[in-house]
Amino acid sequence: MSVTTYPRTWRRPPTMIRDARLRYALYAGILVYLVLAVGSVEVNWARVWEGLDRGWRFVLGFLQPDFTSRWRDISQGLVESLTMTMTATVAGVIISVPIGIGAARNLAPRPVYYLCRGIIALSRSLQEIIIAILLVAMFGFGPFAGFLTLTFATIGFLSKLLAEDIEDIDEAQAEAIRATGASWWQLVNYAVQPQVMPRLIGLVLYRFDINFRESAVIGIVGAGGIGATLNTAIDRYEYDSAGAVLLIIIAIVMAAEYSSSHIRKWVQ
Amino acid sequence: MPVTETARGPVWQLRTPRARLLMWLGWFAVVALTVWCWQVMTKDTIWAFVADAPSQAADIGARAFPPRWSYAEKLWLPLWDTINIATLGTMLGVAIATPVAFMAARNTTPSAMFARPAALFIIVASRSINSLIWALLLVSILGPGLLAGIIAIALRSIGFVGKLLYEAIEETDATQIEAIEATGASGAQLLTYGYWPQIAPAFWGISVFRWDINIRESAVLGLVGAGGLGLQLQASLNVLAWPQVTMILIVILGTVVFSEWVSARVRHAII
Repeated sequence: MSVTTYPRTWRRPPTMIRDARLRYALYAGILVYLVLAVGSVEVNWARVWEGLDRGWRFVLGFLQPDFTSRWRDISQGLVESLTMTMTATVAGVIISVPIGIGAARNLAPRPVYYLCRGIIALSRSLQEIIIAILLVAMFGFGPFAGFLTLTFATIGFLSKLLAEDIEDIDEAQAEAIRATGASWWQLVNYAVQPQVMPRLIGLVLYRFDINFRESAVIGIVGAGGIGATLNTAIDRYEYDSAGAVLLIIIAIVMAAEYSSSHIRKWVQ
Repeated sequence: MPVTETARGPVWQLRTPRARLLMWLGWFAVVALTVWCWQVMTKDTIWAFVADAPSQAADIGARAFPPRWSYAEKLWLPLWDTINIATLGTMLGVAIATPVAFMAARNTTPSAMFARPAALFIIVASRSINSLIWALLLVSILGPGLLAGIIAIALRSIGFVGKLLYEAIEETDATQIEAIEATGASGAQLLTYGYWPQIAPAFWGISVFRWDINIRESAVLGLVGAGGLGLQLQASLNVLAWPQVTMILIVILGTVVFSEWVSARVRHAII
């Protein structure tokens, strides 16, 4: 009578890469890279030590924000940011709906499809901040350049996601509408639009949220909005005002996220 | 669906008159708000500059081409710095985000009363502030250089990685966890044998995705003094050296396309 002996220990197999040699080669590569990368970071520790005091003052400023003494600048920046966000989102939606329809493979003819995809790729490939620099150079300082930047960025984002939604629609419904002899416009109006509308509203609200966050950044390069106020506050080491601005941004983003999730639930 | 009786028979309509009125009012409010916002926003706009923009654009365009190819030699070191900022920043961010995600996930949080709201606040605060703003702050605190950029990228990544990771943790299959728990596993064993195999693909996918985004962001962090390609961009913009600006933009674009390709390949292999 033989007794089968089972192994008493067990090791969990690796989750990602099964080949041991490849795995160790990867570890070694990562180690070499880390040594090289960390070695190339030059840190002036004396400067860091000096700055810790300032860092602590920033933490204190964050805990005791000063809303009042710079309120005029903060409120002006806030109004610029909010109006910029609103107008840019609306203008972006108006422009990106036709581009989105044009970039959907199941609705648009080939040349239109490639043209619209090209516009989307162009808009997505450049950072908002770089576009803002170029537009400020062309249109001068102020929220108008910011409005154009955000609109441009919105187009890439919304058209791409809208086009993907249109490509994902239920073909049976479009087929049914087509079978009634509907024209292309009627097809878009009765088959596509009802299917993508809830998603589109959700995306627009999400983009509104992103635009507000971006509007806080592009002010740094002169495109108006709360970013300019923040930049000035930090440059003058007024950390309590900077803390107030950051808290306002966080509060508005949270409010926008919360309300947009409610609106989305209500729409769907 | 409301039906109105007419002389020629019933007529169907999609919405009740009340719903139509409400919708009309809603659209009217949106349009009115937009027009009002437009007027407030453009109050101080100098329209002469706006009208002038096409000729300005043509002028800059004429000066920006052809790009100064020889300038590329000076860009290799900043490019290496940019990649380091993104990579080290992502690693640091992921290292901090992982415990935060476990604290924020409903099924693994040590206390739903204190730890979970704190973790969620960390995630929201980090998500709502752009890395450029973090960099602005850190440059004024730590002084200009790569370190400020790395920490800025890490702080911004915490929210993104933390949010996606805690959603992945909440979606884990509870029966597998329970099976491991039934063998008498300790907390650490539960994490490595129960949770980790289930979230590993999501973890690597999210990390690589964030690394891809961080490459884009670290390219411009130098604008506020945090090192990398942005520093050269700022220097070239300050002296209006447009051919150099074009060259830098080409390098940034190439890097972004490359990192997007890498991240798409890796995510395709994992998921």
